[in-house]
Amino acid sequence: MHETSASHAAHQHTAPTSFIRKHVFSLDHKVIGKQYYGLALLAVFIGMGLSWLMRLHLGWPAWPIPLLDKLSAVGAPSGVMTPEYYLSLMTMHGTIMVFFVLTNAPFAAFGNYFLPIQIGAEDMAFPRFNMMSFWTTFMAFLVMMAAFFVTDGPPISGWTAYAPLSAVGGDAGPGLKVGQTLWAISIAIFCIGSLLGALNFIATTLDLRTKGMSLARMPYCSWAWFVTSVIALLAFAVLLPACILLILDRTAGTSFFIPAGLVLSDKLQPHSGGSPLLWQHLFWFFGHPEVYIAILPSIGIVCHILPVFARKPLLGPRATVGCMIAIGFLSYMVWGHHMFVSGMNPFSATLFSVPTLFITVPATILTLLLLGSVYGAKMRFTSASLFCLGFISVFISGGISGFFLAQPSIDIYLHATYFVVAHFHFVMAVASLFGVFAGTYFWFPKMTGRMMNEALGKLHFWLTFIGVYAIFMPMHYLGLAGNVRRYSAFVDDYLIPLIPVHKFITIAALLTGAAQFIFLFNLIWSRFKGPIASENPWEATSLEWSTATPPPFDNFGGKHMVVYNGPNEYGVESRDGKDFIMQTSPEKAPAS
Amino acid sequence: MATTTLPPGAEITLDDHGSGKPPERTPRQRQVTMPGSQAQKSETGMWVAVSAIGMSFAAFTSAMIVRQDASTDWQRFQLPHVLYLNTLILLASSVTLELSRQRIAAMPDAARHAAGSAKALLANGIYWLYLTAALGLIFVLGQLLAWRNLAAQGLFLATNPSSSFFYLFTALHAVHLLGGMGGLFYVLRKLVRSGGAGETSGLSAFSIYWHFMDLLWVYLLLLLAMRM
Repeated sequence: MHETSASHAAHQHTAPTSFIRKHVFSLDHKVIGKQYYGLALLAVFIGMGLSWLMRLHLGWPAWPIPLLDKLSAVGAPSGVMTPEYYLSLMTMHGTIMVFFVLTNAPFAAFGNYFLPIQIGAEDMAFPRFNMMSFWTTFMAFLVMMAAFFVTDGPPISGWTAYAPLSAVGGDAGPGLKVGQTLWAISIAIFCIGSLLGALNFIATTLDLRTKGMSLARMPYCSWAWFVTSVIALLAFAVLLPACILLILDRTAGTSFFIPAGLVLSDKLQPHSGGSPLLWQHLFWFFGHPEVYIAILPSIGIVCHILPVFARKPLLGPRATVGCMIAIGFLSYMVWGHHMFVSGMNPFSATLFSVPTLFITVPATILTLLLLGSVYGAKMRFTSASLFCLGFISVFISGGISGFFLAQPSIDIYLHATYFVVAHFHFVMAVASLFGVFAGTYFWFPKMTGRMMNEALGKLHFWLTFIGVYAIFMPMHYLGLAGNVRRYSAFVDDYLIPLIPVHKFITIAALLTGAAQFIFLFNLIWSRFKGPIASENPWEATSLEWSTATPPPFDNFGGKHMVVYNGPNEYGVESRDGKDFIMQTSPEKAPAS
Repeated sequence: MATTTLPPGAEITLDDHGSGKPPERTPRQRQVTMPGSQAQKSETGMWVAVSAIGMSFAAFTSAMIVRQDASTDWQRFQLPHVLYLNTLILLASSVTLELSRQRIAAMPDAARHAAGSAKALLANGIYWLYLTAALGLIFVLGQLLAWRNLAAQGLFLATNPSSSFFYLFTALHAVHLLGGMGGLFYVLRKLVRSGGAGETSGLSAFSIYWHFMDLLWVYLLLLLAMRM
C-alpha cells in the first residue's frame, strides 16, 4: 500500500482570479488539459481538410479545387495541385495528425485533465512546467503552420522527413528551403514540450497518489498515461537530438545525414560521408514508440470506459496492466521493421521481425480481455460505449494487417503501398481517435457540467464507423494490387483500373469527414445547451466521479480523498442496492 | 503556508471501513496542496529529467559511432589539453557542492544548541555554493578556450564529422551546465530568503543534476578521447 503523508503537504498555488491566469496562462491541470484538447481539435480539422484536398486530387486529378490557388499560387496554379504540392500537403497531414492530434488528444489532453483527479491529487507535480509544456507545444504548432505561408511552401519529405531529401536545401525541390527548416525546428520544440509533459506525468503518478491509491488500485487509463509518459520521455529524448543534427545539416553545413557526391539540380552538394540510414534509425527509434504513445492512452481509456457500460469488471486487471507495460518495453525493440527495404543488413530484418511478432502477443491478449469483458454483458449502448466497441473492431482490423507487414519477405512487396496506409490508419490513427471520441462522450459531462446529445453521438458513431471501413478497407486491395503510396495521380497502365476504387475512397472520405461536423456541433451545442450533468451520470467507480461536476479548482473541494477499492468494482451488490462500489467508498468490495 | 487537515496521528487507515469519510477543509484553507513531500517530488522530477538527458546523449553517442563507421572521412585530432584541467575544475565543483550540503544539513542540529552556529553554517554553506557556481563558470570558460584551440587548428563545426561531434557534445553539455547554474542561483536565492529553513529539497534535487553533469562530462571526455 502506498502511503502519502498529508503532513508533508506543501502549498502550491491558490485559485487565480484574473482572466489571463485563469484561462490562458493557467497552472490548473484541468485548464491545460482543455487547452491541449482545443489545440488537438483545431489540428484535427486542419489535418482532415488536408486529407480532403489530397483525396479530391487522387479521385479527380484534373479538377481545379476552389480557393486552393489562394493557399499556394505556385503549388496549385489555377487550383490544380502540382505533384510536389501534393507531397507538401501529405507531409503536413501526417505531421499534424501524428504530433498535434494523436499525441496531444489521448495523452496530453485527457491525461492532464484526469490523471491527477483519478489518483486523488490536486494538481500535477510541477504546475509551472505543465503550463510551459502546453505553450511550448502551441509554439511548435505555430512554427509548423508558418510553413504554409513561406514562399516555397511546406516540405515534401513526409512526416518521417527521410534524409537526404530533408537534409539538403532548396535544390532538391519545393518546401526544402525554409519549410523543411521550420518543420525541424517545430518538431524540436514539440519534443521539449512533450518531455516536460512526460516528466510531470511520471512524477505525479509516482509521488502524488492519495492515501489508499496503490498502483494496483490505479485506474487503467492512469496506468496507460503513466506507461505512455515513460515511453514518451525516452522516445522524444531521441527525436530531439535527431532534429538538432538535421537542423545543423540544413543550416551549418555539417554532414551527418548527407552522403558524398550528391548532385541536385546539376549542383554538387558541399557535403561528404553522411549516412541517410542514420536518420532513419534515429527517427524510427522514436517513431515506433510514437505509435504506442498514440494508441496506449486510447487502450487505457477503452479499458476504463468499457466496464462502466458493460456493468462487469474488466477481465484480468493485472494482465491488462502487464500487457501495457510489455507493449511499452517491446516498442523499443522493433523500430527496424520500418526499414526492411532501406538497405539495412538483411540479417537485421529477422532481428526486428521477431520482436515485432512478439509485440502482437500482449496486444492480442489485451484485445481478447476486452472482448471477454463484454461477452455476456448487458451492455448500455451509449455513444461512449459504441466508440469503445468500435475501437476493438478497428484495432483488430489494423492489427491483423500488421502480422503480414511484420514478415520481411511479404513487406518487400507491400512496403510503400496502400496496404501500409490502411494498416497504420486503422491501428494507430482511427483506433486512437475512437478512444478520443469515447473519452469525449464519457468525460464531457465531468469537464463541462453538461451532457452531450446521445442521438447525435450515435449518428456520429455509425457514420464514422462505416465511413472509416469504407475508406481504409479498399486500401488493402489497392496495396495488394501494387498501388504505391505518395503518387499524386495514377497514369501507369496497371494503376488505371484502380482509379474507380480511389474515387470511391474519396467519396467515403468526404462523407466521413463531413460526419465529424456533427461531433463538432454536438460538442459546441452541448457545452451551452446540453442537459445539466449529475456528479456521476454513468455510475462509474473512479475518483473523477466522486467529486463535483465540473470539479472545483482544487479538484475535491477541500477534501483529501481516501481510496478503499480498485476501479473495477462493477457487477457487485453494494449496501445501497447499486451494482458498483466507488473507489472512495469505505464499503469492502468482495473482489478487493 | 503548508496546509493539511490530516495531522500526524489522526490519519485514516484503510482498515477504517465504515468511518472513513474524507476530512473536510475550511474554505479559507482551500488551495492546491500536494500529498507528497516537496523533496520527494523534486528528487523524482530530477531523476526523470536526468534520465531524459542521459537518453539524449546516448542517442548522440550512437549517432557518432554510426557516422564514424559510415564513411572514411573521419579525421582524428588531438584533444585540447585544457579539457583535462576543465575536468578537474568540474569535479572540484562537485566536492564544493557536497561541502555546502553537509553544512546546510547540519543546521537543524546546530540550531538546537545555538542559533548563532546555525547561522554560521548557513553562511558557510552559501559560500561553498557560490564557489560551486564560480567553478562551473570557469569550466564553461575553459571549454571556450578548448574551442579556440580547435579553431586555431582550422577545425570548425562543419570541417569534419569528428569536429562536428566535438563542438556538439561540448556545447550541449555547456548549455546544460549553464541551465544548472540558473537552477543553482534559484536554490541560493531561496536559501538566503528562507534563512536555510526547509529549503534543502531544492538543494538535494540540484545536487543530483550537478553530479550528473560531472558524470556526463567524464563520460563525454572518455568518448571523445577514444574517438578523436
